[in-house]
Amino acid sequence: MALQEQTLPLPGIAPDRTGKYRTDHLLVAGMIEPGSRVLDVGCGDGELLQLLESRGIDGRGIELSREGVNRCVAKGLAVVQGDADTDLVNYPDDAFDYVILSQTLQATRQPRVVLENLLRIGRRAIVSFPNFGFWKMRLQLLVGGHMPRTENLPATWYDTANIHFCTIKDFVELCDAINVKMERSVALDLYGRPVPLNLPWWVWNMFGEQGVFLLSRGK
Amino acid sequence: MTELKSIVSPAIQIDDRLHEADHPSSAVAKFGMDQPLKLDCGVDLAPFQIAYQTYGELNADRSNAILICHALTGDQHVFNTHPITGKPGWWDTMVGPGLPLDTSQYFIICANVIGGCMGSTGPASTNPATGKPWGLDFPIITIPDMVRAQTMLIDRLGIDTLFSVVGGSMGGMQVLQWTAAYPDRVFSALPIACATRHSAQNIAFHELGRQAIMADPDWRGGRYVDHGSHPHRGLAVARMAGHITYLSDAALHRKFGRRMQDRDLPTFSFDADFQVESYLRYQGSSFVERFDANSYLYLTRAMDYFDIAADHGGVLAKAFRGIKTRFCVVSFTSDWLFPTSESRALVHALNASSARVSFAEIETDRGHDAFLLDVPEFFDIVRAFLQSAGKAHGLKAGG
Repeated sequence: MALQEQTLPLPGIAPDRTGKYRTDHLLVAGMIEPGSRVLDVGCGDGELLQLLESRGIDGRGIELSREGVNRCVAKGLAVVQGDADTDLVNYPDDAFDYVILSQTLQATRQPRVVLENLLRIGRRAIVSFPNFGFWKMRLQLLVGGHMPRTENLPATWYDTANIHFCTIKDFVELCDAINVKMERSVALDLYGRPVPLNLPWWVWNMFGEQGVFLLSRGK
Repeated sequence: MTELKSIVSPAIQIDDRLHEADHPSSAVAKFGMDQPLKLDCGVDLAPFQIAYQTYGELNADRSNAILICHALTGDQHVFNTHPITGKPGWWDTMVGPGLPLDTSQYFIICANVIGGCMGSTGPASTNPATGKPWGLDFPIITIPDMVRAQTMLIDRLGIDTLFSVVGGSMGGMQVLQWTAAYPDRVFSALPIACATRHSAQNIAFHELGRQAIMADPDWRGGRYVDHGSHPHRGLAVARMAGHITYLSDAALHRKFGRRMQDRDLPTFSFDADFQVESYLRYQGSSFVERFDANSYLYLTRAMDYFDIAADHGGVLAKAFRGIKTRFCVVSFTSDWLFPTSESRALVHALNASSARVSFAEIETDRGHDAFLLDVPEFFDIVRAFLQSAGKAHGLKAGG
C-alpha cells in the first residue's frame, strides 16, 4: 500500500525537504492542530505517528499486526495491538481530539460502525481511503473485465485484505446517512497531488486516486 | 516420592540460607519500632528490614532511578553472583552496561520483597520477640504491602520519583500496584507477563504447591527450623509444579520430547526414565537449596490475593484514572499462566483512563519464563521504551 513518495507543498505545512514522509501523511498532519491528542487507528509502522510527534502532537496508535506494533514500540511510540473492528468500543467518548483512519477503512468488516466509533472517541476524524471510482479502476473493470489492481493496491481479489472498497461518492453518501459533517475534503491524484478544489464532485470521484477527509459530528 | 528424596542434595547449606535471611550479602535498610510497615492484614510490622542491591549511579537530579521488582522465586541479586548458588544474577541478560536496563545510564535498585527469604523481613527471619524464625507467626502479606515497603526504601534512598518501575510476573503485579497507588512517583512502568489479578487457575496451582509443602512431614506446622529440618520434598514438588506452569507444551517438547535420560529403554520403574522428569527433579532440588518453604507459602498467598480492580470498586479503569505514567505492557504468545488476554484487559483499562500506553505481544514458544530469557525482540522494545521515556523525562542519553 505504498503511496507516492514524492513531496509537494501542502497548505498549512512546510514542504518536507527530506522526502521522508508520505504525501498523504503530510496532508493529514497539516489538518491537525499542534498540541492535540491523536489516535491513529491502523498505524502500521508508525510513520505518521512519528511525523505527528515531531510536530508536538500527543499521538497514540492501534495496529493489527504484531510486527507493526513491535516496530512502533521499538520506535518509542505509544502503540497497542488491536483491531479497529473490535477494539474501538473499549475507548471512552471524547478521549481524543482527532482519530485517524489512514488507508484502513476498506479493510474493516463494518466500515459504518468503525466510522461512528471514530467520531465517538474523537471530536474529529481524519479518514483516507483508496477511491474505487478512480478512472484507472473503472477502466480495468470496464475494458479488462477483471477486478482492478493498481500500483498502490496490487493484491488480487482473492488475497486482498480490502473487503469494503468504496468510491469517494459512496463515502460522501455514508457520511450524509450517519450525520457526519465534512470539514475538509481532499482528493489526491495518482501522483499524490491534490485535485484542484474548484472542480465538481464527479471530477474528484474520477481523478482522485485517494480521498482524505476531515470529519466532525453533525448537528 | 522416594526418588525425589534421593535427588535432593544432602549437603544443602541450610545454615548459609538461614544466615542470609537475617544478615544478607546486600545493602540493608533497617526500620525501627518508630517506622512500622502497615500491613493490609492490620498488623504493624516493626522492626523490619529490606535487603537490596543497587547498580549504576544515581544522577545529581535523582531522576534516573529504576526499580526492578522481582518475581515469586527471584531476589535482589539481579546483576551479581548469587551469594548462595554462586550463579550469575537472574536478569544479567537485561541489566548491565549497554543492555536495555543500562547500568551506565540508570541507577538500578532491586529489593528483596517483604516475606522473602534473602534478607528482607519474612517468615525465615528471626522474630525479635522470640529469638526464633517467625515461621507461621509472620503476618500475611500482600502485593500492596511489598510495594509499601519499597516506597519506604525509596524514601530512605532520597528518591522522590522513580524514572521507571520494571518487573515480570509477581514483579509485574508490583509494578501495577506502584502505578495504581503511587502514580505521581512513577514516571514510566513496564509490567511484563502479568495481570491485574490472579486467576482461579493460578490460585489453584499455588494451592497445589502449598499443599505439597504442608503435606511434607518435615514441614512440622511451619516450625521446621526449630526441629532442624526443612520440607525439601514438599518444596521441591511445589517448585516442579510451578516450573511446569512457567514453560509451554512446545518448549518442553522442543527441549526434551520423549527422550530418555542416560538410557535407551524404559526401566519399568518409577525412576526418572525421561529427560523431562530428570529436568524437573533437578529444578526442584536446586530450588530448595536457596528458598525457604514458608516464604513460598507467603509469597504465593500474596499473589493469590492480588486484584487491583477489587480495590477500586470492581472497575479496573478507576485504578488508573488520570494517570500520567507512561506504560509499556508486554506479554508473550505462549504464556498460559499470564496469557495475553490479561495484558489486553489491562491495556483496555489504561486506554479508558487515557494513559499513554504501548502494548506488545512477543511471539515465542518459551512460555511465561520468556521474560527471563534472551528474546531479542523483547529487549529491543524495553530498550526503546526506556529511551523514549528517558527523553521525555529529560534524561541525557548515552553513558
